[in-house]
Amino acid sequence: MAAGFKTAEPLEYHRSFLKENCRSDGRELGEFRPTTLNISSISTADGSALVKIGNTTVICGIKAELTMPPSDAPNKGYMVPNVDLPPLCSSKFRPGPPGEQAQAASQFIADVIESSDLINMEELCIEKSKLCWVLYCDIMCLDYDGNLLDACIIVLLAALKNAQLSEVTINKETDLAEVDIQKKKPLKINRLPVGSSFAVFDDSIIIVDPTAEEESLSTALLTVVTDEEDRLCAVHKPGGTSLSGEKLQHCINRAITRNKEISKLVGKVIESTKTAK
Amino acid sequence: MTLKSASCATRGLCLRTMTELDQSCSVLREYGSEQSLLSKPDGSSTFVQGDTSILAGVYGPAEVKVSKEIYDRATVEVLIQPKMGLPGVRERTREQCVRETCKAALLLTLHPRSSVTVILQVIHDDGSLLSCCLNAACMALMDAGLPMSHLFCSVTCAISKEGQIIIDPTARQEKECRALLTFAIESVECNVLMSSTTGSFSVQELQQCIAISQKASEQIFQFYRDSVKRRYSKIK
Repeated sequence: MAAGFKTAEPLEYHRSFLKENCRSDGRELGEFRPTTLNISSISTADGSALVKIGNTTVICGIKAELTMPPSDAPNKGYMVPNVDLPPLCSSKFRPGPPGEQAQAASQFIADVIESSDLINMEELCIEKSKLCWVLYCDIMCLDYDGNLLDACIIVLLAALKNAQLSEVTINKETDLAEVDIQKKKPLKINRLPVGSSFAVFDDSIIIVDPTAEEESLSTALLTVVTDEEDRLCAVHKPGGTSLSGEKLQHCINRAITRNKEISKLVGKVIESTKTAK
Repeated sequence: MTLKSASCATRGLCLRTMTELDQSCSVLREYGSEQSLLSKPDGSSTFVQGDTSILAGVYGPAEVKVSKEIYDRATVEVLIQPKMGLPGVRERTREQCVRETCKAALLLTLHPRSSVTVILQVIHDDGSLLSCCLNAACMALMDAGLPMSHLFCSVTCAISKEGQIIIDPTARQEKECRALLTFAIESVECNVLMSSTTGSFSVQELQQCIAISQKASEQIFQFYRDSVKRRYSKIK
């Protein structure tokens, strides 16, 4: 009977739970779904990670290639993030060129990388104006159940922490680059940006970590990205119903606590691989 | 709209807004708008902020493709055409912001199975581009006569490297700043409808920027009221 009600009147179904201050999957309004993290999932990539937030599964692979630095920043390397939402992850996405949600997510990740000063781009430069590293970060969603942006940020952070770059020297005589695959160095990560997504229901109720169903029924979505110093890297609210100042502050506080939880998780996983070696 | 009035232009005056915080500089650049300048779209407008200029056209309510139709409300589409080249990934994020803001303001359930298309053409970009797009979109929606539950306007704040908050920055100020925050404010209770930020900033700076944007939005809403009053007072 409940399944019939859920299909016929999804909004009323969810409202009946929200009235009792809980959600249809049994979570509290401010509770995140269990998050699991796995790194070095892709052996052929220079760095990789897989994250699951509830059912949402996102994988990231990092490939480092050598290229000439851009003319407007000759002493910096660069990163190219790309978020892909294949038809595999949800019936919402059709095959073909990236849709709007994928493009908006790619731009959002690029902005977070820049805003949070994640890695020093100067460190990616090998020789000024001649050679630098470009990191292609390919983020692919395998199972879409809401809260894509949070998962993308966590998986990118974990993959970067896991990435190892070979040492490159420029032979002075031949002026060619020599890559030493045996010697590998990890990347230096300056900041730990972590995102928290919220959905607003009926202009008043705020829930944390919405599932795909809750996202489609919500009246507004908000993503707050904080770093480990409690500074905000992004407050992304693409329209929707308005949000008052105190509600926004409440979301920011929740995002700050979430940052600490995720930083601990990422730290634990990286430590466990080091001890395993 | 049955009224085919000549295009009316109104110019907003550059006003200085003082806030309690003495280290912030809050001066909106000179802004102006012109409505009903294009004959084919149901509503059109330009919005000029300093040197930044956007031309907006609205078609709606119009026919919608069966694949895109929604059974109980209108479908909103936004297209942003950059000054040069084809629309890229950056335009997609801006389109998403403008579209979701318009969806919240328009009464879409009055026109089920229809489409409302907002097309924005960048004429010149000298900073505060997303804000200018949103303001132009709102003026064009008003010109088209589409029913809305509230109006919206947008303000951009830049936080310089020294911590000074600059409102409505130019392109050069945007390049030199540490953080750039764009907010869309609604007219009824001056709450934040849309927020898009780049760069890192503290929670206090965010609250300050929101307060400054809300104060500046009052001027822009007064400008909307004046331009509508001036336009309809000419009709006999």
